[in-house]
This record gives sequence, C-alpha cells and structure tokens, in this order.
Amino acid sequence: MSEVLVVVEATKEFGVKKVTLEMLTLARELGTPSAVVLGGAGAAEALSGKLGEYGAEKIYAAEGDEIDGYLVAPKATVLAELVRRVQPAAVLLASAQEGKEIAARLAVKLDNGILTDVVGLAADGTATQIAFAGSTIVKSKVTKGLPLVTVRPNSVTPAPAAATPAIEQLSVSVTDTDKLAKVVERVAEQKGSRPELTEAGVVVSGGRGVGNADNFKLVEELADLLGGAVGASRAAVDSGFYPHQFQVGQTGKTVSPQLYVALGISGAIQHRAGMQTSKTIVAVNKDGEAPIFELADFGVVGDLFKVVPQAAEEIRKRK
Amino acid sequence: MNIVVLVKQVPDSGADRNLRNDDNTVDRGSANNVINEMDEYAIEEALKIKEAHGGEVTILTMGPDRAAESIRKALSMGPDKAVHVLDDALHGSCAVATSKVLAAALGQLGADLVICGAESTDGRVQVMPHMIAERLGVAALTGARKLTVDGATLTVERQTEEGYEVVTASTPAVVSVWDTINEPRYPSFKGIMAAKKKPVQTLSLADLGVAADEVGFDGATSAVVEHTKRPPRSGGAKITDEGEGGVKLVEFLATEKFV
Repeated sequence: MSEVLVVVEATKEFGVKKVTLEMLTLARELGTPSAVVLGGAGAAEALSGKLGEYGAEKIYAAEGDEIDGYLVAPKATVLAELVRRVQPAAVLLASAQEGKEIAARLAVKLDNGILTDVVGLAADGTATQIAFAGSTIVKSKVTKGLPLVTVRPNSVTPAPAAATPAIEQLSVSVTDTDKLAKVVERVAEQKGSRPELTEAGVVVSGGRGVGNADNFKLVEELADLLGGAVGASRAAVDSGFYPHQFQVGQTGKTVSPQLYVALGISGAIQHRAGMQTSKTIVAVNKDGEAPIFELADFGVVGDLFKVVPQAAEEIRKRK
Repeated sequence: MNIVVLVKQVPDSGADRNLRNDDNTVDRGSANNVINEMDEYAIEEALKIKEAHGGEVTILTMGPDRAAESIRKALSMGPDKAVHVLDDALHGSCAVATSKVLAAALGQLGADLVICGAESTDGRVQVMPHMIAERLGVAALTGARKLTVDGATLTVERQTEEGYEVVTASTPAVVSVWDTINEPRYPSFKGIMAAKKKPVQTLSLADLGVAADEVGFDGATSAVVEHTKRPPRSGGAKITDEGEGGVKLVEFLATEKFV
C-alpha cells in the first residue's frame, strides 16, 4: 500500500494534538501512514511514541530554527520536496491556521487541488465537508494531483494501532524567500490544564448574559467539572469578558464537541456558525424565546447565576 | 506606500446560503451580497497606514458584474481607486486558480503591501494570503491582530493557540487581519458621494495574461461532486427553572453520560 503523509500538529504544552491521531486513523483507511514532523529540534524523537501508538509506520522529520523560526514557508518547501520524492497516496494536514497555510503553499508549489475543513475521506479520495455554518454537506474531490486535504478536529474517533516508526531526518533546503517572515517572539498565554478549544470533547461557553469578565469564573468552573474547554460568544468577547482566542462562531473558532453548553448565549447566526455541529447541545438562558433553544437538546429557561451554581453543586455531589 | 486591499463579495452570512444545483458553485444570485466582513477591517487598516505614512489605497476584487456594488461600498470608506477583475471565464474557479489571477493583477499594480481579511465568510478556507505570497515570492504575515509599519519593516502580532507570536518582514508583503485589529469606520455621506467618481478599472483575463483554460471549471483543481442540506436541528426538552433547573440539567447530562 502506498504511503499517506500526515503532517503532525503538536504543541509544547499538550504534545501530539488529538487531530493528529484522528488523521493517522483516517490515513490507515487510505494506505500506510507516515507522520511528518516539522518543528523545533528534537520534536520527532519526543513525539514518536505517541505517533507509533496510532499507527505511524514511519516518521519524516525536519527540525530546527531553519524550520521553526519562520512562518510556514520553510515547512511547505520541505513538504513539497518530500511529496515529490515519495509520491504519497494523499497528504493530510490539520484544518487549523498553520495546517491550512502549509497546504495553501503546497497546492501552489505542486499545482495541486486542495480541500479544507474535511470531516471524512473515502478511499477513492471523495471528501466530505461541512459548509455555510453547518447547514450544508458537500462531497468534493481533488481533480488535479493527489488528495491534499485539511482535516477538521473532532471529525474521526482516534483508534490506536501499534507500530514502531523509524525516524528519517530530512535534509533541509529552504531558500531565502522562505525566510522572509521571521518569528521574533513567541508568548505563551494559555493557562491551566483545560483541553484546547477545537479539540475538546466538552465546551462550556458564556455569552453576553454572563455580564462581566469576573462572572466568567462560573463558566470556567462548570467547564472544569465537566473536563471541558471554555468558549465565548462574540458579544462576550467584544464586551471584553473573555479573550478573543476563545471566541466560538463565524469570526472565531468552529467547534464540534460531544457536548456544548451555552450559558447566557442568545444563539445568533454568528454564534451558531461555530457550534451547531456539536453532538449534544445544552443551553441556559433567561429569555425563553432565544434562538439557542431551537438547537438545544436540553434547555433551561432561567437565571444562569442560579442554575449554573446549582448544577455545579449537583455534579460535585455525584462525583 | 502603495497598498492594495483584497475585497471579496460574499452572500450575507446572516441569510440562508446555498450552493447552486446546476453547477455546484456558491449561489450569488438569490442571496443578499455584501462585502466580506473581515475585508472591512483590512480596508480600515490600509486607510490608517495611509493616514500615518502617506501613499495610495487600491481595492482589488475578482468577481461577477454585481461585485461592482461592493467595490463602490468599499470605496466609500475612503480608498483612492479600485480594480475589478471581471471575466465570464472565471466562473467556477478554484482557490488555486483564483490565486493565480489575483497574483497577476497584483503584479501589474506593483503593490508594496497587500492587506486582506483572514478568511471569507462563505468558504472560510483561509488559504489566499499564502497562495498569493507563494506566487509573488513575498512574505505573508497572516492573522494579524496588530500591525506596525516602520519604513519598509512590518511587524505583526498574531494570535496562536498557545498565546501570540510577533512576526516581522520587509515590504513587499501580504498581511491578513482578524476582526480584533481595529474598528472599521462607517462611510460618511461625503465618502459615499466621492466614491461614485473614483476610478474603477476593469481587467479581463487577457489584460492579465492568464489563459481562460487555466481558470473556471476547465482549470479547476478540485470539484464539488454533490451537496445536500443538513437537516436543521430540532430543539429538545425545554424547562423553566423553578428552583430545580440546575439539578434537572445535571440529570439530563447524566442520562447522556457526561456526568
């Protein structure tokens, strides 16, 4: 079977991201998965255990400041060389900012089609995408070149399949043009041990109804009790209640967790765009006519400052 | 500084949006069409740079006839002129082909700085800035929440999942912006009147030296095979809190095995 390249998404804080395990699982349906690690020195060695657990038969690595010290251009150059050499059956990347950007450059370099926000991929290369704020299901295909797809997190259930991958270091031959956008500083802000928003199985979000930044503690508390991530509506972010990187919706993140809890969120189309493919939706809002209740599998019309603390207490009791 | 802002006309994301049944492209005929929201932030940023450093702001749009409405709207915010890439052969173009056309137009315009929205509300694909930069051999600083211009040096602060990064490049470069970067101005009455007289140049594929078979359906590198509407979600149980709302909520979560 031919190789399927999976470009690894990982963070210093969390290691291999779940979407990478999803891509390895998907890749096994299409061929033999090889992981591609493009990052800082020593990244492949550190990640190899986890990548092997999910079926990576091989790991290609390009590491160091030449790769990691710039925005995506060097990564795309290395990946393009690898694709030309091994002629994979498909290339999978994460449908997040960096994955999409590497894929964008790869598509131009190889004059190859690209499909983003893919939630399923058949053996014949037909991809399933969700479009227009979750309202439309699209089946599409790359018609020129190999299937180059970015996979949306929480699309596939990761399944382990043990393998013991060998690491092949790729020679790095990036050009001066690849080094035009230089990263001069990286500042870590993420606090605590909450899962990453787009990958979390549970997301608890707060909206305008939360009232102020301090009250978001209530949202965080419920998220922590459910082992989830915290999100916020655009209204809450625009009002300064919570940082922008946690915004769920049209101009923020798209999430698709098992459980989405909407607190004090009316459910404007802008917000629904980012969460309506969630499996189960629960809402608390004092306005019984709020459109969020049209989506909610369970809704409580009431004051979230009464309902949420009581729910938190009840969860603690049951634990 | 010669600044070009990429503006895309999209179906209003607040209305029902569809793909066409005849050729699987975005239905731009039935929907209310507007400037892609994120592009308004790109225009605002360009105007601020012009106000501080001088230069000229040009709007660049690729789209059908009716995109002209969005071009006038964009001009009413304050840019100096616009270029409309208009050619029937462009209908059905994929992202790869679109980037080829836009890069050709940008090459002719000789932009020092290209600013665009981080994504469009219709496709949300986010690939255009890097595709264009790849073709032009220039830097792409994407997802900016802050942009500083100091002579030919651009510094961008961009959100990442772990925090933020500071990235620099020299012009010429492509910068894409999120809606956190500024607050776009509303067009003034004077601006709306002035926009009617601003020059809008129309360029065809022949003007750009791009062959018709490199774009549209003939040149597409991907294709939509089929599309269906997802059944709308239907609301489930809705209770009114009478003192036990929190407990009932947890009972529901327990039956669904989340607790």
